Amino acid sequence: MDIPYIVKPRPDTGVFNAKLGIWLFLASEVMLFGALFSSYVLLRLGSPDWPRGSSILNVPLGTFNTIVLITSSITMVMAWASLMLKNFSKFKLYQGLTILLGAVFLVVKAFEYGAKFEHHMFPKTSVYFAIYFTLTGLHAFHVICGMVVNGYLWGPGSKMWKTQPERFTNRVEVSGLFWHFVDLVWIFLFPVLYLL
Amino acid sequence: MTSEHDQEHHGEHEHHSFEELNKHIQKHVRIYISVFAALMVLTIVTVAVSYLHLSMGQAVALALFIAVIKGSLVACFFMHLISEKKAIYLILIIAAVFIVGLFFGSILFHSDIVKN
Amino acid sequence: MAAHPNTHHDHHELPFWRKYIFSTDHKIIGLQYGITASFFLFFGFCLMMLMRWQLAYPGQPLPIIGQYFGDANMPGGIMLPEFYNSLGAMHGTIMVFLAIVPMVFGAFGNYVTPLQIGAPDMCFPKLNAISYWCYFAGGIIMLTSFWVPGGAANSGWTSYSPLANIATTGQTWWLIGMVFLITSSLLGAINFIATIVQLRAKGMTWFRMPFFVWAQLVTAFLLLLAFPPLEAAAVMQLMDRLAHTSFFLPSGLVVGGEVMEVSGGGSPILWQHLFWFLGHPEVYVLILPAFGIVTEIIANNTRKPITGYKSLVFSVLTIGFLSFIVWAHHMYLTGMGTRVSAFFQTTTILISIPSVIILTALFISLWGGSIRFNTPMLFALGFLPMFGIGGLTGLPLAFNATDIPLHDTYYIIGHFHYIVAPGTIFAIFAGIYYWFPKITGKMMNETLGKIHFWLSIVFMNGIFMPMFIQGMAGVSRRWYDGGSSYDIAQGVLYLNPIMSISAWLLALSQIPFLINLFWSIWGGKKASDNPWDATTLEWTATPTPPPHGNFKTPPVVYHNPYDYSMPGAKKDFTPQNQPVEA
Repeated sequence: MDIPYIVKPRPDTGVFNAKLGIWLFLASEVMLFGALFSSYVLLRLGSPDWPRGSSILNVPLGTFNTIVLITSSITMVMAWASLMLKNFSKFKLYQGLTILLGAVFLVVKAFEYGAKFEHHMFPKTSVYFAIYFTLTGLHAFHVICGMVVNGYLWGPGSKMWKTQPERFTNRVEVSGLFWHFVDLVWIFLFPVLYLL
Repeated sequence: MTSEHDQEHHGEHEHHSFEELNKHIQKHVRIYISVFAALMVLTIVTVAVSYLHLSMGQAVALALFIAVIKGSLVACFFMHLISEKKAIYLILIIAAVFIVGLFFGSILFHSDIVKN
Repeated sequence: MAAHPNTHHDHHELPFWRKYIFSTDHKIIGLQYGITASFFLFFGFCLMMLMRWQLAYPGQPLPIIGQYFGDANMPGGIMLPEFYNSLGAMHGTIMVFLAIVPMVFGAFGNYVTPLQIGAPDMCFPKLNAISYWCYFAGGIIMLTSFWVPGGAANSGWTSYSPLANIATTGQTWWLIGMVFLITSSLLGAINFIATIVQLRAKGMTWFRMPFFVWAQLVTAFLLLLAFPPLEAAAVMQLMDRLAHTSFFLPSGLVVGGEVMEVSGGGSPILWQHLFWFLGHPEVYVLILPAFGIVTEIIANNTRKPITGYKSLVFSVLTIGFLSFIVWAHHMYLTGMGTRVSAFFQTTTILISIPSVIILTALFISLWGGSIRFNTPMLFALGFLPMFGIGGLTGLPLAFNATDIPLHDTYYIIGHFHYIVAPGTIFAIFAGIYYWFPKITGKMMNETLGKIHFWLSIVFMNGIFMPMFIQGMAGVSRRWYDGGSSYDIAQGVLYLNPIMSISAWLLALSQIPFLINLFWSIWGGKKASDNPWDATTLEWTATPTPPPHGNFKTPPVVYHNPYDYSMPGAKKDFTPQNQPVEA
């Protein structure tokens, strides 16, 4: 007996298996980042002198990175749409752009971290920096993981387009959902850490 | 097993021709681009309002309000939540948000009382 | 030409290591979880037996084996306090995270769930294998921590800051081990939920699912949503220990007479919130699958449908939801305000209601039944009053005022052990005796089983009932001398040897079980495909043992899960996949 609903959705739920799986995973990720955000709230409320984000972090760079991630989100969904339209070369283009934009994000982040380290600002310097580095570090880790998966689907994984195009399209959709989530987390991280 | 005709089962839709699918996807692409534009605008707004001289509570509320709108746009349109079949996803998300919100709220509550 | 999504109907046999070691078959993985969890159950039990020597005869050298623990732990065979603390912290950690949950969720859940819903395997078989090996890795890390300098973690299974922050290296190993275990549970939870939602066979509607599956579903949601905050907390405590951050360290903390050189500004209470946010749902993870196992066995051995199936389902869903908003009842002594305290007292009392409904439904299900007192049923029946005691002793703990004198005393230890030990562990035994024939094709010996049951229930009570008395007298938990140097404890010290001897006798009582288990695999009476005359699919729709892929053709379900003694039926049980006469 084969496992059903790997490619075609189950009629009553309307989804194929991996899509349900990734949404469940994202629900757990909401709890993970939610716990860190809640920790941020508790630590900040208990602190007599919490600095304003804009006085410590580089707002223009943060804004730029926000735009980069949002753009990568649309290129990601366009990559999937291209596959739906059977346009494999367009998929390669958009998927490649998504990965590239992810790399840009990380480069900017690395630059920001480097600048902080140069000024002797480390996680141990204060609770503000501890939560800043942890939140953005965990987020960056998710960006890296997303890039690895997207890279695999762009490269060696794309062979599946020839043999099982629908299943490959599903894989791109599912990894796209993860990528959008990474963007979503940043949409909250940016104002909380950089502006408030 | 695999379809003989060009039937794409895109979750909620069934298309009987590739042309129909094409039109459907193009409509979605137009939505994606509008959402992208909205997100850009909202990002500028987020940064702009941070320069207003608001009290902490107001600044937090406003920043989170805008972030929730942006997040909902990403979730509903880029992640197709709005067109998924059952309320499964909305329930999933609501459940998670609810729990986090409660967690959030309770900690706020607690630290408030402790300070007093 | 189009490739099959799943080429498991193999034309070539898989090599041994892929068939049995890195298997992706849920049944093999279930057995792997079961074997590994059994080892940890035994190991955790041994840790406790060591502790109980110290508690019964504090400061006395442990005869014969005491010399083998090394001078860092037991010089001259006499237990050091630090080692006692390690034993305590690791007993709790191992029992909860490495033994019980992997057994009731990883082992029973994996083996039985796909069979009961008519699925060929789990939704994501490779992910299932990864979950198991993550658990295995976490277990190795936890075990290895006993041999690092300073020994294993010794800050309680709860690892409260700031003590855990400054503890020896073993605590870092504990945190890393937890990250692996949490990852394993998260991946497993995703698999279970997706499987139950997507892979139910035709006709297996939600309310035709055996209650066992409902219990596994809610358990999976608890794991999915409650574990991540602990993962976040573990990362933060690791950063505190390794990167010298101060997430959980307050300003001005003095250790050993010196102010700590950290930034400060952190909050020890934050750790407690994050830990118990997982910690409370975790205890429901420990009990819900047990409810599921016991329900299957009671239905089968009363030969009647469970009374209140729908109540059971709605109760377990309610427990799942409420379990997320009761956590601070573990923190009544942290100085919270009355409003917050009132909130948590209310939710905690509320959550007792569905638990009582479940227990009551199971008790009422016995009424008018044609009860078969075989070994699985004995353990299932024993579970009911034992869990009842555990649950009822929890009621004073729900209220802040009555919790204050009882918090962190032996009363608490008695309360939760009644639930997990003669509670969940009895359910585990019941499940092993019940499903053994399906897995091995042999029956276990009934006489040995009955001896195992009666000895176990006597000694379980011998260990845990006196704990309530000690707790109410004021004996604190985690005192390594069992209270012998405390005035308030003098009147109840006599109970320590009684509890310890009961523990060692409980260990001996497992010998008939072990003999039975191993002997029956080869020499047991041959079992038919459905020796219990059960109604659920794992018995009625697949041979013994089930082959890879479980079902030759997808089963179709026509009946409710517990259609025993249906009026007009030919037999006193109606298999779920038996077609309805036109």
